[in-house]
Amino acid sequence: MDPVATPYFFYGLSAVAVLSAVGVIMRRNPVHSAIALIFTLLSLAGLYLMLYAPFVAGVQIILYVGGIVVLFLFVIMLINIERMQREYQFNKQWLVGLLAAAALGALFVAVYVKGQSIFPQHAVRFPEQLNTQQVGKMLYVDYLLPFEIASLLLLVAIVGAVVMAKKRI
Amino acid sequence: MVPISYYLVLSAILFSLGVVGFLIKRNLITLFMSIELMLNAVNLAFVAFAWQWKSLNGQVFVFFVMVVAAAEAAVGLAIIIAVFRTRETLNVDRVNLLKL
Repeated sequence: MDPVATPYFFYGLSAVAVLSAVGVIMRRNPVHSAIALIFTLLSLAGLYLMLYAPFVAGVQIILYVGGIVVLFLFVIMLINIERMQREYQFNKQWLVGLLAAAALGALFVAVYVKGQSIFPQHAVRFPEQLNTQQVGKMLYVDYLLPFEIASLLLLVAIVGAVVMAKKRI
Repeated sequence: MVPISYYLVLSAILFSLGVVGFLIKRNLITLFMSIELMLNAVNLAFVAFAWQWKSLNGQVFVFFVMVVAAAEAAVGLAIIIAVFRTRETLNVDRVNLLKL
């Protein structure tokens, strides 16, 4: 079945993503930033669904929204937010920041304009039902060694986080 | 059908917003959120290219990027707690000594 009205979904989701990303970097309260980050991540998950990547969308919701942002909120809860809010939230480098962003944006636009011919307008379509199985097969066949290294990395991260967050080492 | 260049432009915008946030914020936690924003922009580009060339390698790469992001968030937030415990501040301008 052909998807209907995909451009509108794309525009809506990307508007939500960009606006809440602006919210992440402009809000003074870190809790508000975390909530805005949740909205960015959810709309990106919707975009992954539009790109025929349901596995990535699910992992995005479970791992990012359910894991990392919750971790952020826990840490915000553990530290003293009243004292933190009395400090200045923005530094004096906003001019440098704007210049860097403008340069980066110009670079991206230049790449887009120069490389426009290599992006074909219409893409092939994935079969929708096999995505997770195919990703799992690739993980266990083609990417077995990186997968094991990733598990080792996660083990190191667990131990490191526990050791560093302890009261006295 | 939305062409891939739209997704790439969106990814570029999100990445630039992450860079701006990283440069202008002072709070360590929001700096981390800006890093997550940049990682997500890169993930979007990966998935868009995977869709374009009908190859799942990009999606597997996104999986690994997410693993690294999770590890980075866990260790980094533990470091943030340690920094706050010893210095009583999260302002990056005032965290300028390796040893107190």
